[in-house]
Amino acid sequence: MDSGLRRNDVLGKIETMKITTARKISQIFFVILFLWFCVTTVMGDKWWQLRGWPVNWIIQLDPLVGLGTLLATGTLYAGLLWGLLTIVLTIVLGRFFCGWVCPFGAIHQFMGFCGKYKKPLKNKISVNRYSQWQSFKYFLLFFFLAAAFMDFFEILVPGNPLIAGSLQIGLLDPIPLLYRSINLALLPLLDGSVVHLSSSVRFYDGAWVIGVIFITAITLNFLRPRFYCRYICPLGALFGILSRFSIFRIGKNKPECINCEVCEKNCEGACSPTSRIRINECVLCMNCVKDCRHEMMSYRMYPSEAGETVSPDMTRRGLVLTLASGALIPPMFKLSGATSLNWQAGLVRPPGSVIESEFLKRCIKCGQCMRVCPTNVIHPAGLETGFEALWTPSLNFRVGTSGCQHNCIACGNICPTAAIRPITLEERMGTGSHESQGPIRIGMAFVDHGRCLPWAMDLPCIVCQENCPVSPKAIFTREIFQTVRDHNGIQIRMLERNIAETTNKTLETDRFATGDYFLKISDMPDLSPLLITGNTENRIEFISSDILDEELYFGNRADILILLQQPYVDPEKCIGCGICQHECPVKGKRAIRITAENESRNREHSFLLSR
Amino acid sequence: MKNLEQNNKVPEENEKKPGMKRREFLIRAAKAGLCVAAASSVGYYFYDPEGPGAFSQQESLVSLPDFSISDKSPVMAIVHGTGDRNKSLDMAIKAMGGMETFIKKGDKVLIKVNAAFASPPSLSATTHPDLVSETVRLCYAAGALSVVVTDNPINDPATCFSLTGIEKAALSQGARVILPREALFKPTTVTGAKLIRNWPLLYGPFDGITKLIGLAPIKDHHRSGASMTMKNWYGLLGGRRNIFHQDVHGVIEELAMMVSPTLVILDGTWTMMTNGPTGGSLSDLKQTHTMIVSTDQVAADSYGATLLGKSPENLPHILKAEAQGIGTTDFNSINPIRINAG
Repeated sequence: MDSGLRRNDVLGKIETMKITTARKISQIFFVILFLWFCVTTVMGDKWWQLRGWPVNWIIQLDPLVGLGTLLATGTLYAGLLWGLLTIVLTIVLGRFFCGWVCPFGAIHQFMGFCGKYKKPLKNKISVNRYSQWQSFKYFLLFFFLAAAFMDFFEILVPGNPLIAGSLQIGLLDPIPLLYRSINLALLPLLDGSVVHLSSSVRFYDGAWVIGVIFITAITLNFLRPRFYCRYICPLGALFGILSRFSIFRIGKNKPECINCEVCEKNCEGACSPTSRIRINECVLCMNCVKDCRHEMMSYRMYPSEAGETVSPDMTRRGLVLTLASGALIPPMFKLSGATSLNWQAGLVRPPGSVIESEFLKRCIKCGQCMRVCPTNVIHPAGLETGFEALWTPSLNFRVGTSGCQHNCIACGNICPTAAIRPITLEERMGTGSHESQGPIRIGMAFVDHGRCLPWAMDLPCIVCQENCPVSPKAIFTREIFQTVRDHNGIQIRMLERNIAETTNKTLETDRFATGDYFLKISDMPDLSPLLITGNTENRIEFISSDILDEELYFGNRADILILLQQPYVDPEKCIGCGICQHECPVKGKRAIRITAENESRNREHSFLLSR
Repeated sequence: MKNLEQNNKVPEENEKKPGMKRREFLIRAAKAGLCVAAASSVGYYFYDPEGPGAFSQQESLVSLPDFSISDKSPVMAIVHGTGDRNKSLDMAIKAMGGMETFIKKGDKVLIKVNAAFASPPSLSATTHPDLVSETVRLCYAAGALSVVVTDNPINDPATCFSLTGIEKAALSQGARVILPREALFKPTTVTGAKLIRNWPLLYGPFDGITKLIGLAPIKDHHRSGASMTMKNWYGLLGGRRNIFHQDVHGVIEELAMMVSPTLVILDGTWTMMTNGPTGGSLSDLKQTHTMIVSTDQVAADSYGATLLGKSPENLPHILKAEAQGIGTTDFNSINPIRINAG
């Protein structure tokens, strides 16, 4: 009898071991898959680089990305249809995504395990008790969804710039959050130095905030296991709401048990399996099924014998208040005028970005574009361009290995929500079938005459012109002779065919031999400036002119001139790629800088008569 | 009495303890002493009464060895009339006595390409991949032990090497491609130079190298007038090299002083006539069907200038390089072998 029971125990354990082991394998698989996708999101054709790896698949499986963009834009973009599969499976299985798929959840689970490792049973049970605060995540979900859905009311009040949707769910949606954290804050700590995914170290302006949030989310597991999942995760909340319909669920086999509460010691969802189980909190970790020594718990179709709760702790009043306040947020954002009159010229979006008001309905701040950008020019926007645009892609031409390269369309082709459209090279360059539209402009370069070397300091330069990739170049130069400071009206003792001798020994030897300096004889208006090839203290050699014959001239006055090529920008040609800004030798604050002026995504930002 | 007794008892108990306390005290004093000694010696060891100087310690300077074949007078070959780079290069090299004349068995060769821009080979803003693969092939055929291809491009290095086709071409013939990274740069000072002083040089790829070949296209350049073999060495510099544009002719002169190549190959199959050095459109190019191979970089560039419709007199850097004794602008004086492949 005794041994028989024991055998049953053992058998039962082996049987139930399998389901949690399967869950662990699934979690490890998805964590590895996720990390692998982060690794491969590098331009290139090697097998470990981006060459068809479905690096957005986990984002696409996240139905909150799909739902959020659907509410904000009224469309479900391409791969986001995968989210439907997750929804269908959740309706059948319950919150399997949280317990089995979500890589962020797996990290939390592992950290929670570390936090309670070797703690007494009583402590383990107590940290897994249900808390009313767990319903906070539902409020967050409805708040953000209402903000996105505000766009719908544009139909009712057309033309009001304040009525628009704003997709802010990416701030807390775990999948974009995890991608953003790994892509921008963690991987760059290793990349280009310890591992060589990118050829050089990558920088991300303001990424420390993203990193700190990630570390905080991870550390909170020591306070409560799966803290983020239980209290904050809006995706978990969405699954929680869906799981009330789930066909399969966890439940107690008998209404009463000895209440040992062992089933709660590893309960990931804090869903009270001992008493009235909260189906909407259960993440299907299956630990209760495994841990119960009396085989009281099982995963099946009928409800728990001890009864179950299927809906979150939310009052109707609370819900309405949340929806209303969420809906008020976007109009309040729009009060800043950032998408209308007060648009931020410093916010230069990647090529192919949709118009700003649409952009803010699509971008989930996942950082995929910033990770894939081969030149590291795309950065997460900080608060200086408004909270609504926080962590959306913004071009920083000071950082990175180049400006926005002319032959590149990587960002638009990776963007999971088409905030940056998947343009073709032809469309970007305005060639082929796109000839009539002209190239895509993301902004325009402006020369700062107070900082530019040929404009402000009589120094030759035009590095910007040299590097302008457009043909014909958008940067052109006009030549101007400037008299060199303190070198006008020099007394020329004797002028020969290709040599001038000055009366005073005041010249710095070879200073004027660079090929940029000219000698202008004041009394000979027909004689154009002569290119100086060398000089000593009182002797200037130059390339002669036909006007000077073998005669000797005495007692002339002359100026030493420098030939400057001063850069100008042709607004018809400039595409705002910022390669000029990146290369400008005035490194601190560049003497040529891009602003979003003239960007082709918004007609209102153009000052050209044509197009 | 009781009080007295108690009073007496207390010192009695205390009398036993002082021994313990003394030992405790000694141990504690020893520990404290050690800590004080440790803290003091650490403080003394790191004591710096002067503070940091105006400049941090400089790395020791490196310089490039002379890769030229010194025992030979300059040679040059010019092949006209074919758009096939492999063919024209082969003919030129063959006419000069074969690659064996320049590359000996066991040589480690570095090929400095122009991979400056992330643009496709058809736009001729960079060294053509055919030329890269053929040069690598010829080097190995002549018995080279290893061939390295490198450059420090202006645009993103990885993209430049892949989009120009140079990386693939080099790898296809078994060469190694070295992309620039911080650790590969070492400061250099060119003897007699005013500009390239204590300046980062892409020195890492030169480790063990015995021969150097420069591979450049002929391009228009708004600031310097032309970008050819001498300007191509610009890609060996690191740091904020574009400040040298203030004296572009001077820096090209110094680059020619810095680098003594075994051979330069100047590709004028297509010449970028306008909008250089980036180009960007086929309309910027002109078919000039010329391949120039020379041991004299000044002579090669002087001839190359003619394809751009210029002459050394319009290009101060060529004159300056000649004045430095690096080579001759009078390319006819070194009796170039002229071949018509057409």
